[in-house]
Amino acid sequence: MSETTQREAPLSTTAERQAVTSQAGATPSRDWVIVTRGIKREYDMGGEIVRALRGVDVAIRRNEYVAIMGPSGSGKSTLMNIVGCLDTPTAGEYWLNGTLVSSMKDDELARIRNKEIGFVFQTFNLLPRATALHNVELPLVYAGMSARQRKETAAYALERVQLTSRMYHKPNELSGGQRQRVAIARALVNNPSILLADEPTGNLDSATSSEIMKVFEELADQGQTVIMVTHEADIAAHARRVVALHDGQVSSDTRREHFVAQNSTAIEAKQ
Amino acid sequence: MLFFESIRLALSTIRAQKLKSFFTLLGVCIGVMFLIAVVSIVEGMGRYMEQDLIGKLIGVNSFELRYRPNINIGDVDPSVWESYRRRPRLFHDDVAPVIAALPEGARWAVVSDNNLPVSSRYSGGPRNAQISAVEGEFFAIRKFEIAEGRDFTPQELSMGTPVVIIGPDVVKRLFPTVSPLGRELRMGGLPYMVIGVLKAQGSAIGLSFDNQVFAPWQAPVHRLLNRVPQIIDAVIVQVPSAAQMTEAQERVRQVMRVRHRLRPGQPDNFTLQTSESALAFWNKLKRYLVLAGIALPAIGLVVGAIVIMNIMLVAVAERTREIGIRKALGARRADILSQFLVEAATLSTVGAVVGIALGIGLAKFIAAVSPLPASVASWSIIVGVALGAGVGIISGVYPASRASLLDPIAALRQE
Repeated sequence: MSETTQREAPLSTTAERQAVTSQAGATPSRDWVIVTRGIKREYDMGGEIVRALRGVDVAIRRNEYVAIMGPSGSGKSTLMNIVGCLDTPTAGEYWLNGTLVSSMKDDELARIRNKEIGFVFQTFNLLPRATALHNVELPLVYAGMSARQRKETAAYALERVQLTSRMYHKPNELSGGQRQRVAIARALVNNPSILLADEPTGNLDSATSSEIMKVFEELADQGQTVIMVTHEADIAAHARRVVALHDGQVSSDTRREHFVAQNSTAIEAKQ
Repeated sequence: MLFFESIRLALSTIRAQKLKSFFTLLGVCIGVMFLIAVVSIVEGMGRYMEQDLIGKLIGVNSFELRYRPNINIGDVDPSVWESYRRRPRLFHDDVAPVIAALPEGARWAVVSDNNLPVSSRYSGGPRNAQISAVEGEFFAIRKFEIAEGRDFTPQELSMGTPVVIIGPDVVKRLFPTVSPLGRELRMGGLPYMVIGVLKAQGSAIGLSFDNQVFAPWQAPVHRLLNRVPQIIDAVIVQVPSAAQMTEAQERVRQVMRVRHRLRPGQPDNFTLQTSESALAFWNKLKRYLVLAGIALPAIGLVVGAIVIMNIMLVAVAERTREIGIRKALGARRADILSQFLVEAATLSTVGAVVGIALGIGLAKFIAAVSPLPASVASWSIIVGVALGAGVGIISGVYPASRASLLDPIAALRQE
């Protein structure tokens, strides 16, 4: 099966193929924000080895807007955790911005998460007792920024998501869409290399979902690299490139147009 | 910066969960409270012993020649008591040679005293009072001041004129309605005229300094004070500076050894009592009190530490998701560790501060309702705060390290 799926899953361009398949250990060129080479992740579940990723090769260019799609159990969450530097692969290489992060220690990974990655979660993951402003300040706290500069920077990030008026509200005083916008502001506040969104609309109604998707669209237009993990085809259809995972391997990697054409029924059914 | 964040977070937790915080902090609070209270009272008693009680009983830079010590707060061996009993008494004849041997500038006084009934026609039956027959500069050495009337004249002292100076309690008992000055009171059937009233001295552990009657040593009353009329109880010597104490004592010792015909090698059969010798026992007692003052709060602090550790473990469990979020946003292990350590330390320091306030209150309360004085030692406050922070840090180490080692993915997944 893997033979056929791999053949049906051509990497988008020969350049990408080169970036991925060039010799192991070689530093990818500066164009590539993310290059993974044969990433495997295995879990030991009480003596039984679970293979969540069975060799994933993905290359993502700066300024790309990519959706990683797949049903539950396809390994997309595991891939996201590795790409987000929350986890390290059992085997394979992960290059982020020309740095090999797959062999880094915990504290180095924390620093990379702080500087290079902005997370947006399905459940928002805001600190409930902190104001919107303070939530957005958090990454800057760990970056060691001074209190005054921190406040200015965080306020600007909230302005970018049109939440200046809600700066001093706590999460429970905000609507779902507003909460997710606070989370987006928090993700962007450190100018990360990639914005990593995990099912960002999973807890939102369809109207709010499209509002949030519009925010991502605008960010991508402004040149922000966005990687979105989702299991919904209509959400994935917003991205400009869709990487589909199946059983821990890339099953297809297509431009949006192809993806929409292939999945028109599923997308239309939702819309 | 993160430090202040953590403090603020901890304080807001206390504000948000008042009852829980109260129980959390109770142990530390009580521990520190007792520490402060016990130390304050021991300190106060110490200051009181050193400055007031001993000072009033003996006086500054002074010593008393007695046939045996009269301040025996400690445990004295029965055989020692037996040897005291066999010692020769001091006689008025001893006074002149002792005084002659004193260094320049030294003051002296002679005193004999006993408890005897005193009466006056202005009140009911006779009342017991401390009767002292004095000679020399007794009031000056003891810092007794005359509130009304006058001191003895040298003539009255040398001739033994039947005049008395009385304490305020005697005034209350014998002259409840009239001014005592110029009026008579009776001791041993003889009349004495009141010429002066002393300022109130207060009391020390049940010993009143105000129920006293003073007469010139030569006055007839001295015959009632001891078995043999010529016996005296003490010669009090005060030297101008502490440096002269040893020399003055040595001179008096030599005079008395000669008068008592002691051969070299024989021990003294009289006592030179200083305030230090009276304080020696107190210092011994104080050590035990301070030990108790440390051991009792220690129990409270241990209990407090266990409670805080528990609460912090609960907090780590409750806030697993928050820890996950913080880690995802770039918090390192050390950041999480210090956050929870600072939080635990803040919690318990708040407990300590409340404990200090309560401890000072308790000490003042005890001072108000009992004769024990209290004096809050500034070092005990510093120790209290340090203990609070220390207990917090120690009890926070385990929960904080558990928090810092949480896997961010698992932590984020937690509901």
